[in-house]
Amino acid sequence: MNTLSIRNLHASIGDKPILRGLNLDIPQGEVHAIMGKNGSGKSTLAKVMAGHPDYTVTSGDVLLNGQSILGMEPDVRARLGLFLAFQYPMEIPGVTIANFIRAAVQARLPEGEELEATEYYAKLYAKMDELSIPRAFTSRSVNEGFSGGEKKRCEVLQMAMLQPRYAVLDETDSGLDIDALKVVSSGVNALRGPEVGMLVITHYQRLLDYIVPDKVHVMAEGEIVLSGDKDLALKLEAEGYDWVTAKN
Amino acid sequence: MNIVSQHQISSDLPAWFSEQQKQAWTEFQSVPQPTRHDELWRFSNLKILDLARWHLASAPADVDALLARSRGLSDLAAKLVFANDRLILREIKNLPEGVLLLPLEEAARDHEALFERYFMKHPTLLGSAKIAALHRAQLKTGAFLYVPAGVKVEKPIELWHWSEGDHIAIFPHTLVVCEEGSSASVIDHFFSMNNEASFVAGVNDLIVKADAHLKYIAVQNWSRETTAFHLNTTGVGKNAVATSLQLNLGGRYIRTESNSRLLEEGARSVMLSINPMDADREVDQRTFQDHLAPSATSDLLYHNALDDRSRSVFSGLIKVGTAAHETDAYQKVRNLMLSDEAEANSMPGLEILADRVRCSHGATSGELNQDELFYMMARGIPPQKAAKLIVRGFFETVLRRLEEPSLEKYFGHLLDRRLALG
Ligand SMILES: Nc1ncnc2c1ncn2[C@@H]1O[C@H](COP(=O)(O)OP(=O)(O)OP(=O)(O)O)[C@@H](O)[C@H]1O
Ligand SMILES: [Mg+2]
Repeated sequence: MNTLSIRNLHASIGDKPILRGLNLDIPQGEVHAIMGKNGSGKSTLAKVMAGHPDYTVTSGDVLLNGQSILGMEPDVRARLGLFLAFQYPMEIPGVTIANFIRAAVQARLPEGEELEATEYYAKLYAKMDELSIPRAFTSRSVNEGFSGGEKKRCEVLQMAMLQPRYAVLDETDSGLDIDALKVVSSGVNALRGPEVGMLVITHYQRLLDYIVPDKVHVMAEGEIVLSGDKDLALKLEAEGYDWVTAKN
Repeated sequence: MNIVSQHQISSDLPAWFSEQQKQAWTEFQSVPQPTRHDELWRFSNLKILDLARWHLASAPADVDALLARSRGLSDLAAKLVFANDRLILREIKNLPEGVLLLPLEEAARDHEALFERYFMKHPTLLGSAKIAALHRAQLKTGAFLYVPAGVKVEKPIELWHWSEGDHIAIFPHTLVVCEEGSSASVIDHFFSMNNEASFVAGVNDLIVKADAHLKYIAVQNWSRETTAFHLNTTGVGKNAVATSLQLNLGGRYIRTESNSRLLEEGARSVMLSINPMDADREVDQRTFQDHLAPSATSDLLYHNALDDRSRSVFSGLIKVGTAAHETDAYQKVRNLMLSDEAEANSMPGLEILADRVRCSHGATSGELNQDELFYMMARGIPPQKAAKLIVRGFFETVLRRLEEPSLEKYFGHLLDRRLALG
């Protein structure tokens, strides 16, 4: 039961179908990776799970520990423990990182309970230190003027602060230099544990040297077409996606 | 007796001043009432010109309560508190030698030449000449700040103008003169004691001489039944910088007229306005960036967030005169539409008579960005709270232009409270 289950999921944007009967189970305690060509529907899957209003689910279900989340608003899903690190994080002018994350942490407290500011900042600074994010970032607007790598680090910071049960990381490694990749990976690994399930979307086998997955899936045209262990990623790196298509 | 039929002259004011007030009263009576055919009253709500509803204010009933609520920043240079056009507190904590912070009647009496040189010297060009004449005629007191050459007032100076009583009218006045190379920050509060209908005709004149720096912030939090005119002029000298911010938190109908004159080379005027609008409230913004000298900069940024059936009108002109080569002039109005029933009217304008000029002007209206909203919700923030945070951020981008973290923080708190953000 402690699984994020995607069952025969079909989703479209407008009348264009993108996900076409996708099945995937991510148990808590495991890290799964998804690889696949540009445009195969990886980000669509991530956004549909998070509840983006632009997509219509035409059939299938997404169950979080047995509970269907598709009828829920995005914020409700998030408070249930689902987290999405965006491929393209939004800029929010004038809203500081500190206030943004604070509102997110506050939203998880019971009605009427106020977040303790000193504790909050102590935790925030500790996580920022772990991710080598300078303190000055707390007073900058969310993602505004951030470099690509800084945005990704900021996504991981949010994840570390919110401690989700299931995390979907959409190309969190893209745009990171080698040092940043190590820092971000260790941030992600710090969150790993028996209580947490993760789905890591990536184009690069290199990431999986740092975040070693339990399973690797290949996505094509809105479906999972092949699954295997971490060696599948090496095979894909060597042979490319045509090998998968040819094989099927 | 109402403010249109009764002219009362305070005995505290010197004779020369009272004489001018009598002339102003005659002028008030002779200036025609604006009509909707006047360009400067396009889209305006003319009901606000129905002045016979309002009565001259008597002394405030509860001075202690007013003083208890006149608390702003903790660290100040000085404070004057007025209620119903009467001075109720003068607190000078730490003003450098030579700085004058006086109620207007004292300035007119004890510093006649100085005061006379600056008092309401510039005509009201943006539509409310009649209201300005009424203000001048009915004026009883106000704040006069004079900062001598080279003097820097480190801590902010606070002014408070209260209204108390039903259907009363008040005429707040602030005159700031910063001499060459001086600097000061002034926070002017405009507050109502109770949720009563009232009328305000206020005038603020800022004179910023060469190399001087002035920050002037008007925190307007009139009752939601108040009709208020705030007529502002700013004159900026050589290489001087004037930054003014209007934080319009309250009021039922607010009309602001802001005229910035770039008088000498290198002058810089930053004109900011923050307007959280809701219910049936209306804000009517008229601006004039008047470039009279070369290499000067004016930079206007107005952010309006419009909810419910609220309305905004913006009409602004940048005029670059024949001598004003190498001008930089910017005008940006952003309307964030939070409701289908809200309405924003923007009329930006440009008139360029000089060469090598960089100008941009534009007004935009947009709804809440759905992707920003989704991003916040994906973090667990409920949609209403997320929307408030986005609005708060929209205002914060203006606050940052004050370039003064301690002030940003103070006004940020006021905005948090206004938007009910914990
Ligand atoms: N708003 C949209 N309107 C139209 N088509 C869309 C929209 N969003 C996504 N698509 C299409 O859906 C398909 C899947 O896109 P998606 O972003 O999920 O791919 P991806 O696998 O994440 O690709 P990448 O590896 O480049 O990030 C693409 O063909 C894309 O063009
Ligand atoms: Mg993608």
